[in-house]
Amino acid sequence: MSSVDLSTTLGNAWFPAPIFTASGCASSGRELSQFFELHSIGGVVTKSVMSKARHGRPTPRMAETPSGMLNSIGLQGPGIDAFLEKDIPFLLEKKARIIVSIAGETVEEYSTLARKLRGVSGISAIEVNISCPNVENRGLVFACDPEASRRVIDGVRRTIGGELPIIAKLSPDVTDLVHIAKGVVEAGADALALINTVLGMVINVETMRPQLANKTGGLSGPAIRPIAVRAIYQVHAALPKVPILGMGGVASGRDAFEMIIAGASGVSVGTASFGNPNAIPVIQNELRDLLAAKGFSSLREAIGYAHRIEVSDGE
Amino acid sequence: MSAINRNAQQIAAAVVSNKRVGQYHQLIVNIGDAANHCKPGNFVAINVGGDTSRMVLRRAFAISRVSANSISGGTMELIVAPYGQGSSWLCSQNEGAMLDVVVPLGTAFGIPTEPVQVLLVGGGYGSAPLFGLAEVLNARGCRVDMLLGASTASKIYAPMEGKRSVNSLRIYTEDGSMGQAGRVTDPIKALIDDMNIAVIYSCGPMAMLSAIDSLTRGTDVIHQCAVEESMACGIGICMTCVLPTMGSDGVISMLRSCIDGPVMDGETVLWDKVGKAL
Repeated sequence: MSSVDLSTTLGNAWFPAPIFTASGCASSGRELSQFFELHSIGGVVTKSVMSKARHGRPTPRMAETPSGMLNSIGLQGPGIDAFLEKDIPFLLEKKARIIVSIAGETVEEYSTLARKLRGVSGISAIEVNISCPNVENRGLVFACDPEASRRVIDGVRRTIGGELPIIAKLSPDVTDLVHIAKGVVEAGADALALINTVLGMVINVETMRPQLANKTGGLSGPAIRPIAVRAIYQVHAALPKVPILGMGGVASGRDAFEMIIAGASGVSVGTASFGNPNAIPVIQNELRDLLAAKGFSSLREAIGYAHRIEVSDGE
Repeated sequence: MSAINRNAQQIAAAVVSNKRVGQYHQLIVNIGDAANHCKPGNFVAINVGGDTSRMVLRRAFAISRVSANSISGGTMELIVAPYGQGSSWLCSQNEGAMLDVVVPLGTAFGIPTEPVQVLLVGGGYGSAPLFGLAEVLNARGCRVDMLLGASTASKIYAPMEGKRSVNSLRIYTEDGSMGQAGRVTDPIKALIDDMNIAVIYSCGPMAMLSAIDSLTRGTDVIHQCAVEESMACGIGICMTCVLPTMGSDGVISMLRSCIDGPVMDGETVLWDKVGKAL
C-alpha cells in the first residue's frame, strides 16, 4: 500500500480520508455498513432531514438514463427528532464521522433544524441542502436565487453559532454559480458542496407520458460528471480559499482525482454506490494509488492542481 | 436493531449454464457458500453490460432455486426474461462468463411451522421462485397446490422437475393457448371456500397481487406476496422502490420493497395507493 496522506479539512472539520457518501445515497448508514466499515471512509453525509417525517413522492421515482439515472424521491425521511434518536447513535456507535444534511421548505425551517443540531455531539459539519424544491419559493429552488440562498445560510449561521462548519449545497442549474457561491460564503458558509443533481426528464415512449410520477427528476451518475468538474473548477478559481466537497458522477479513483485537481478538498459518491455497494472504499483506494503514482505525498498537494500557472521552459 | 441484509456479499460468480426455456432463459450461477444463505423469496442484484457499459444500475432477479451441493459448488438458478437491455445482456452470457453479484438480498417467504395447506400463485416468470418455495413447503409436510397464469402459453414457466414438489398444478392463459382460458385469479375464491387454505404465496405482476389481496383481505388466509417495484440499488439506499403500507399499529409508511420486501404481508400493502401521493 502506498503511503499518501489522505487527510483533508472542510472548514475546521478534519477528516482522515477524502471520500464521503453523498447525501440521499446512503439512507441511514446501516445499509452500507453491511458492506464496509463506515469509519474507514471520510464520513457519512446523511440523507437531508426535515423538521417533520415525510412520505415523499409516489412511484415511479426513478428512471435509468445513459450513464446515469433520474430520481425524484421528494425527501422521504423520518423527521429530525426520529433521526436524532435513531440514526445518529448508530453512526456514532460505528465511529463514523457525520455530516448532517438538512433541508427545509422555508428559511425558518432551516434555522429550526440548525437549533435542534446545536447541542448534538459527534457531528463534524452541517450540509445545508438549499438545492431541493420547496414551497416557499413556489416550486423553485433556494439555490437558484442568490438572495434566498443567502437568507437560508445567514439564518443557519446565526442559530448555530461559530463552531460547526456549514457546507452549502448548490445546484448547477443556474446562470452564474460563482455569484451564488460568493453570496453564501459571505452569509457564513465555510464550505460548498458541488453539485446537486441536474433537473431532467424522461418520457416513456410506450405510454407517451413522463416516466416519473413527479414528471421531472434529478439526473445523477457519470453523465453529469463534466458539469460537476466545470462547476468545481469555476468556483475554486473564484474562491480558492473556500473548501469544496465535490460530487456528481464519481465512479472511480480517477474521477475523484479529477475533482480534487479541479479544486475539491473531498469527494462524495452517490449513484456509484447504487451500482456497487463497495464503490466508496474501492474509489478511496484507487485515489490513494493514483495520487502516489502521480507523485503526490498528500491529498492536500493535489487540491486545485489543475489551476497551476503554466511555467515556460525558461531556458 | 438487526443488521440489514446480514448475509449479503458481493461476489464474482461464474455462469455454469445458460439455457433457453420458452421465452425465458434459465441461468445457473456458481455462488459458492452464499447458496447456504439463500431462502425462497430472496433476490440478487447483478451488474450488467460489462465495465464500459452505460447502464449504471444493477438489475434485480428473484432466485428461483439454490443447490448447495452441486458438482460446481453452491449454485443459484435464475429465470430471466430478456425484455430490457440489462436482462438481454445477462441472457447473452455464456458458460464461464463472470458476473458481479450481490447475494442474497431482501426478505424471504415465511414458512409455516405446521404442515398446513397452502396455495402458490404465479404470474408469468413470477412462477420461478415458487418452485423452490414448493420444495421447502413440501419438506415441511404442507399440501401444496399451484396456479400459474400468463397472457399466452410461451410466457408460462413450469419446468417438469418443478411439478414434482406440488400436489396439483393448474395453468391459465388469457388467450387459452395453454391450460384453461382465463385469469389465474379466477379460481382462487372457490379454492379458499372449498379447501382449508392457510397461506397463499404469490409472485407476479402487481395487478395480480392486488387482485389476490382483495380475495384474502378480511379472511383468515395469510397472503405472502413478492412485490415488484423498479429499484436502483437493491440494498436499501436509493429509496426508489417504495410501496405504501400500513402496519398493525395503523401507521402509514413508504417501505422499501428491497429490504422490507420483496416478500410482504399482502394485507399491509395499501394497493390502491401504489403510485399515488400519500
